Amino acid sequence: MELRSSVPDGPIERKWDKHRFDMKLVNPANKRKYTIIVVGSGLAGASASATMAELGYNVLCFCYQDSPRRAHSIAAQGGINAAKNYQNDGDSVFRLFYDTVKGGDFRAREANVYRLAQVSTNIIDQCVAQGVPFAREYGGSLANRSFGGAQVSRTFYARGQTGQQLLLGAYQALERQIGLGKVKMYTRHEMLEPVLVEGRAQGIVTRDMVTGAIESWAADAVILATGGYGNVFYLATYAKGCNATAIWRAYKKGAAFGNPCYTQIHPTCIPVHGDYQSKLTLMSESLRNDGRVWVPKLAGDTRPPSQIPEAERDYYLERKYPSFGNLAPRDISSRAAKQVCDEGRGVGDSRLGVYLDFADAIKRLGEGVIREKYGNLFEMYERITDENPYQVPMRIYPASHYTMGGLWVDYNLMSTIPGLHVIGEANFSDHGANRLGASALMQGLADGYFIVPYTIGHYLASTPQTRVGSDHPEFKKSEAEARARVDRLMAVKGKHTVDSFHRELGKIMWEHCGMARNRKGLEAALQKIPALREQYWKDVTVLGDPAGLNQSLEKAGRVADFLDLGELMCLDALEREESCGGHFREEYQTPDGEALRDDDKFCHVAAWEYQGEGSRPKRHVEPLRFENVHLAQRSYK
Amino acid sequence: MSVQPMDLKLHVWRQAHGKAEGRFVTYDARGISPEMSFLEMLDVVNEGLIERGEEPIAFDHDCREGICGTCGMVINGVPHGPRRATTVCQLHMRSFRHGDEISIEPWRATAFPVVKDLVVDRSAFDAIIAAGGFISAPTGSAPDGNAIPVPKENAELAMDAAACIGCGACVAACPNASAMLFVSAKAAHLNLLPQGQPEKESRALNMVEAMDAAGFGTCTNHRECEATCPKEISIAFIARLNRDYLKAVFTSGRRKAKSGDSAG
Repeated sequence: MELRSSVPDGPIERKWDKHRFDMKLVNPANKRKYTIIVVGSGLAGASASATMAELGYNVLCFCYQDSPRRAHSIAAQGGINAAKNYQNDGDSVFRLFYDTVKGGDFRAREANVYRLAQVSTNIIDQCVAQGVPFAREYGGSLANRSFGGAQVSRTFYARGQTGQQLLLGAYQALERQIGLGKVKMYTRHEMLEPVLVEGRAQGIVTRDMVTGAIESWAADAVILATGGYGNVFYLATYAKGCNATAIWRAYKKGAAFGNPCYTQIHPTCIPVHGDYQSKLTLMSESLRNDGRVWVPKLAGDTRPPSQIPEAERDYYLERKYPSFGNLAPRDISSRAAKQVCDEGRGVGDSRLGVYLDFADAIKRLGEGVIREKYGNLFEMYERITDENPYQVPMRIYPASHYTMGGLWVDYNLMSTIPGLHVIGEANFSDHGANRLGASALMQGLADGYFIVPYTIGHYLASTPQTRVGSDHPEFKKSEAEARARVDRLMAVKGKHTVDSFHRELGKIMWEHCGMARNRKGLEAALQKIPALREQYWKDVTVLGDPAGLNQSLEKAGRVADFLDLGELMCLDALEREESCGGHFREEYQTPDGEALRDDDKFCHVAAWEYQGEGSRPKRHVEPLRFENVHLAQRSYK
Repeated sequence: MSVQPMDLKLHVWRQAHGKAEGRFVTYDARGISPEMSFLEMLDVVNEGLIERGEEPIAFDHDCREGICGTCGMVINGVPHGPRRATTVCQLHMRSFRHGDEISIEPWRATAFPVVKDLVVDRSAFDAIIAAGGFISAPTGSAPDGNAIPVPKENAELAMDAAACIGCGACVAACPNASAMLFVSAKAAHLNLLPQGQPEKESRALNMVEAMDAAGFGTCTNHRECEATCPKEISIAFIARLNRDYLKAVFTSGRRKAKSGDSAG
């Protein structure tokens, strides 16, 4: 396998322009002769589907939800970055690029990140034109706020529902194309296999979740926009249905998996409160603009927060990172929370929590201002915890939130399988080892509105159109594989529920491949996961009929893939003998506990190639070169 | 705060598929923590059912943080249950007492046919959006974001309308199974903004036409929708849609609603 990044030459600020000129075009009259499959209808999938349909392509879009509007992009709260410099505070495309490369701890591809920063401004324009109700100033202009890891205000937002509003914009554009007949939408359909003909992606096999029918769909190219794999931890801020099946099936058919160990553990989530818990809820990072994070100075201090005097509190982020304070990047803030809890200074019943306190902000700005800014988040917190954050500090703890890793893609967002493109969180490309706040929405929409609609044309124009029908033997073969898998899951007839295995996997992953990792733990996980997987295939139970709506069967297929993927994550984490961003190997840290990179040995992307059942996957390397942002240890002090 | 576990009796609507006959089945839910969400309580019941070899209760859910609009069930006759401004995934068991009997049903509306148990088909909502719930702004054609100033009050009001999560509780709550709260919120969000003006009339006409075609009932001002809406969308948006619709009927000479003088 060869990893060809296809990054154009020339100065970084000219690369994308040059590439746009160099790329081949499909004649407007010929676009209607092409069909493109998009799997996923979140920000990336919906925006790509709508935009390609506007260009004239025929699009088939698939999602597992009952409506494309429900994809989990909808849950993003805080905002979307763009280098507009509307606040006149010194922002620029280069600064956004610089912050993102540095924030990712120098493990992202420079050219991709620069392009992301360039198109960020177009995204805001596009969303405003669609009617996304961004927050406004009294004069009618767009409002901004600051977000973690940046010292300028470049984040656009819509109350605490930025993801929902951006997704509705993309969904409405998508529905418009559905109404015009240019997009055919298939809801409650789950992709089970990609189909390759002569090495190129030519379609997919899906399961209709209502009828159970296994069906084939042929196309000239396939785009996966299926999101991240953070549900491997079981407890996560992801929607319950988020899964890795599409990207994992693609991996098994030859798509390299980039940096699987890069996961983001978000610092501000509501802490775990019981064994039955099904998910964790994020409290937007924007709260750190006004909330102060603290724990008691003394270990084992169980006094209620109101009885702990100022002098006995440790505002540890402000103490350790005076220039960024409570706005230190996510990986750093999460690790700092873990450290104070490990020291026995955690709060709440479980002692796995820290305070996020708004008392000072309420005193300074008044409760009304805080309510206007964060009202819905405060209500959500109260609904879940039964505590009023206007009166007592919130309790927060880190949780699995995002995966920077994903299928490896080149500059055209194409995987190592020709014709198979991967966009949004599902690819590995732009965030390196840590994603900054308000960058996920930016990347999903950049890929979908402004990048893949161009690069897909280049692929189509430079590839002879040898369209096959879905009756081709390769489709029949993939259908048979998908059916066999369903039958195998139904046939186990064991004693334990799918969720019980998922919970067990989550515990292993959280303990050994979570916020802190070490060789011993990862080696232990690499023993435990295959054993759990073996047990799964002997003892899982899936009841009901596969020929109909069967939620246990849906989960069973997804968990089977997580059991494989978890192992690859641990392997990648073990091989990467350095700490960078969200990947913190305890063996590699600075004297004051910060991540210690090893740029001599690991300044590269690790891309894993599947080698067949039971064989160790092969690790390939794409070297990273930093020509515009100087490689340095990150400092937020 | 009580942390004593509770025992409850659930009467749950079970229906094998859309064409099958449905019925209530009674289940015991024992040892339920008040800290659990309602859906976590159902997870626990389902785990028990599976271990006993019985098929679990099918229900729609996804984000479990009150924003995706996937979940929804009628609890003791009230869509999303007893707590105001709360989706069922955000409803917690502390809203119930030890010994309570709880009935759980799917949304009931002709336009939302049952798929299985508590799962219904809400694709009629998507069809309404496809008919006109958008601003035609092809990618690449947008002017600079600040070239279109939007008065803060309009932006805030549009945002109030845009907060709709499309869960369908308004339809389930309405004795007529009307979708007017949903349709009016979606239309108002766009009709309030300067970007939405060019298509304002066709939007009102086309969305109302699609709503009628999908088989939703007429609005007769019961206001149950507003009371049950988890995002507290105001029925003032219905008045706004009626106004936009009537104006469109007069100015376009086109009238697409089946009956009545107003949109609903």
